Amino acid sequence: MDIHEYQAKSILANFGVAVPRGGLAYGPEQAAYRAREIGGSKWVVKAQVHTGGRGKAGGVKVCENEEQVFEAANQMFGKRLVTDQTGPDGKFIYRVYVEGAVNIEREIYLAFVLDRKTERIMVVASASGGMEIEEISESHPESIVRSIVEPAAGMLDFQAREIAFQLNIEAAQIPQTVETIKGCYNAFRELDATMVEINPLVVTGEGAIIALDAKMTFDDNALFRHPDISELRDKSQEDLRESQAADRGLSYVALDGEIGCIVNGAGLAMATMDIIEIAGGQPANFLDIGGGASPERVAKAFNLVMADKNVKAILVNIFAGINRCDWVAEGIVQALQSNPVDVPVIVRLAGTKVEEGRKILASSGLPIIRAGTLAEAAERSVEAWKNSTKTETKPTILQEMAS
Amino acid sequence: MSILLDRDTKVLVHGISGKIARFHSQEMAEYGTNIVGGVVPGKGGEIVNGVPVFDTVKEAVEQTGASASIVFVPPPFAADSIMEAADAGIKFCVSVTDGIPAQDMMSVKRYMRRYPKAERMRLTGPNCAGTITPGEALLGIMPGHIYLPGSVGIVGRSGTLGYEAASQMKALGIGVSTSVGIGGDPINGSSFKDILELFEADPKTEAVVLIGEIGGPQESEAADFIRDHMTKPVIAYVAGLSAPKGRTMGHAGAIITAFGESADEKVGILREVGAAIAPDPSLIGLTVAQSLAKAS
Repeated sequence: MDIHEYQAKSILANFGVAVPRGGLAYGPEQAAYRAREIGGSKWVVKAQVHTGGRGKAGGVKVCENEEQVFEAANQMFGKRLVTDQTGPDGKFIYRVYVEGAVNIEREIYLAFVLDRKTERIMVVASASGGMEIEEISESHPESIVRSIVEPAAGMLDFQAREIAFQLNIEAAQIPQTVETIKGCYNAFRELDATMVEINPLVVTGEGAIIALDAKMTFDDNALFRHPDISELRDKSQEDLRESQAADRGLSYVALDGEIGCIVNGAGLAMATMDIIEIAGGQPANFLDIGGGASPERVAKAFNLVMADKNVKAILVNIFAGINRCDWVAEGIVQALQSNPVDVPVIVRLAGTKVEEGRKILASSGLPIIRAGTLAEAAERSVEAWKNSTKTETKPTILQEMAS
Repeated sequence: MSILLDRDTKVLVHGISGKIARFHSQEMAEYGTNIVGGVVPGKGGEIVNGVPVFDTVKEAVEQTGASASIVFVPPPFAADSIMEAADAGIKFCVSVTDGIPAQDMMSVKRYMRRYPKAERMRLTGPNCAGTITPGEALLGIMPGHIYLPGSVGIVGRSGTLGYEAASQMKALGIGVSTSVGIGGDPINGSSFKDILELFEADPKTEAVVLIGEIGGPQESEAADFIRDHMTKPVIAYVAGLSAPKGRTMGHAGAIITAFGESADEKVGILREVGAAIAPDPSLIGLTVAQSLAKAS
C-alpha cells in the first residue's frame, strides 16, 4: 500500500528525520492560509498523488507570495496529474501540501528496500540525488552505495556512519545524517514497510539534513498489525476496479487489451495472459480468483471483468484441483443466468471431474464457447474477440432498421 | 527414492483443528501420506481425523517421531509456527499459508540459520501448493490424481500452473518423481536452486521442469546452478511475458522491479545455460517429451 508524501513525512518525523515545515490543504484558500502559517518568503506547493515524477508534470510549484500559492493550488485541484509513471489516465489531485522552501546546497538519494537476494533490508544511496534511481544507475552507477542490514542487530551507528561518509557528508553533518538513516530504518522495520525513499535528502546552506520528499510503501500482508497505517489508504489514488477487487478478496490488475480473463491461481493467470498474446490477442486484465474458484467468486469475477467497457470477450480458465469442475461449471452457469453478459464467453475447464463439468456447460443452453486445452482456449478467445470487434456496430444498425 | 517425501515420512499438521486443515489432512491421508499427529496450542489430548493433537511441536515430535510438517496456521501466527517446527527438529516443513508479512519471513530465515546445516529444517513456501511424490505421499493441497508416478522432477512457484504442467505430462504418459511448490512470496524457504540441487542428486529423477515467473532473482540463480552443476536436462517456462513493470501480479513476489526480473530476461538467461524453453504454457508437456527423447 502506498501513502502520500505528507503522511510519509509525518511518520518519518516521528522517527527523528527532519522535514520542512508544512501544512496540508484541501482548497486554494487553505493553501494560502498554510503559507501564512508557515511564514517565510518562499513556499513550495506540491500535489499529493501516489506517483513519482511530479515535478516534471507540473505537480510541484515554487511560489514567492500568497497569491502565487493560491494560484498554484487552484491550478492543481480537481485535475489529473499525468506523469511518466501514472499511465495516460493520471491521478486525481484532491490535496496539496504547502511547505516552506529550503536553501538547497546538495541533493542526496536515500532509499531502503527489501532485498530479495539477501532477504534483508538494503540501503541504496547516492551522492547524486534529485534524479530517479533508474537515471542514477545509468549516468552515475559508481555513485551508488549499497549496504545490507543484519536484522537481529538493526541499523548500527557505525554502519550508518559508513554510508554517510561514502556520500561525502561533511564531519559536522555526520551525526544528523546517522540519525536520519537510523530513523528511516526503524520506521521501515517497525511499520512493516517494503520501501522508504527520500529523494532528495538535502544538505541546506545552514548545514541541516532535511528530507525534501518522502515515499513509503507498506506490506499489505502486515497491515493487520498496523491499523493506524491502514487508515492512510487513499482509494482515490487507486484504480477503481482494482480496489473493488481487493475489497472482495480478488487479485485484479487492469491492462490495455480487450480479452477479459478469469483464472484461478496467479501463475496460471499470468500464463493465460501470455498465451492470449501469443495467439494474437491482448489481455484486458490479470485476475486471480483464488485456487478454490467457488461459484460466488466466479460471479464476482464476471461483474468485475464486465465493468471494463473495453472487454469484447471473456476467457474463463479454471484448473480444478481440490475443487471440482462440475461445481465450477454450475457456478459459471448460475453467474451467467443471473447476470447475462453481452460478449462471447469462452470456458476451459481442466482437472477433477472435467467431463461432468463440460456436460453441465453444454446442457445449460447458454452460448458458452467450450475449449479443451489451454491452446484451444486462447485460439477460440482471440477468434471470438476478432469477430465481436468486427460486428460491433451491427446491433445499433439493426435497431434503427427495426424502429 | 524421491526427494523430500515418501510414503514412510511421518507428518504433523500444524493447525489441524481448522476447517481447511482438517479437510486437507483427510485428503493427504487418503492419498497415502503417513500423518501421525497434529499441533494446536491448547488442544493437546484431542483426536482429529484419527490422530492425536499436541500442544507443542516439540512434544509431538517426541511422541510420534515425526520428521515433516505442514503449516495451515493463519498469517499472523504462521511465522511463529514455522520457527517452532525448526526448533523442534522437524526436517522438512511446507507452509501453505498465503499472506505472511515479508518481514516475518525475514525473521524466519534468520532464525533457521541458527542451526548447523546438517540439522537445519528445509522449508518450502509460504504461499505454495506443497510437495508430492506421486504414488507415495503428498504434503500439500494439490489434487493427487493429476500426477503420474515417474522420473521427471517439477519445481515451481505457482500451484495451478504446476497442475497444468503435470496434467500435460500425464496426457503424454510422462510421470513425476517429485513435484515441489516453492511458493509465490518474495521471501521463501527454498529457492529454485535449492530444489534443483536435490533433483540433481536424486537417482530417480532424470530431468527437471522449472516453472518460474516474473520478479526476484531466483530464476537467474537457478541458471547459474544449471550452468555449473546440473547434468540432467532442465525444461523451463517463465510466466508473465505480458506482465507490466512495477505491478504485483497476484503473488506478492510477482513484480518486476529490477533488471533481469522480467519473463523475457529470465527466459533469455535460462536458454543461455541450455534449458529447453517451453515457448508457451500449453507446450510444457511436449517440450518435456522432446527433451527426454533427445536425452535417451
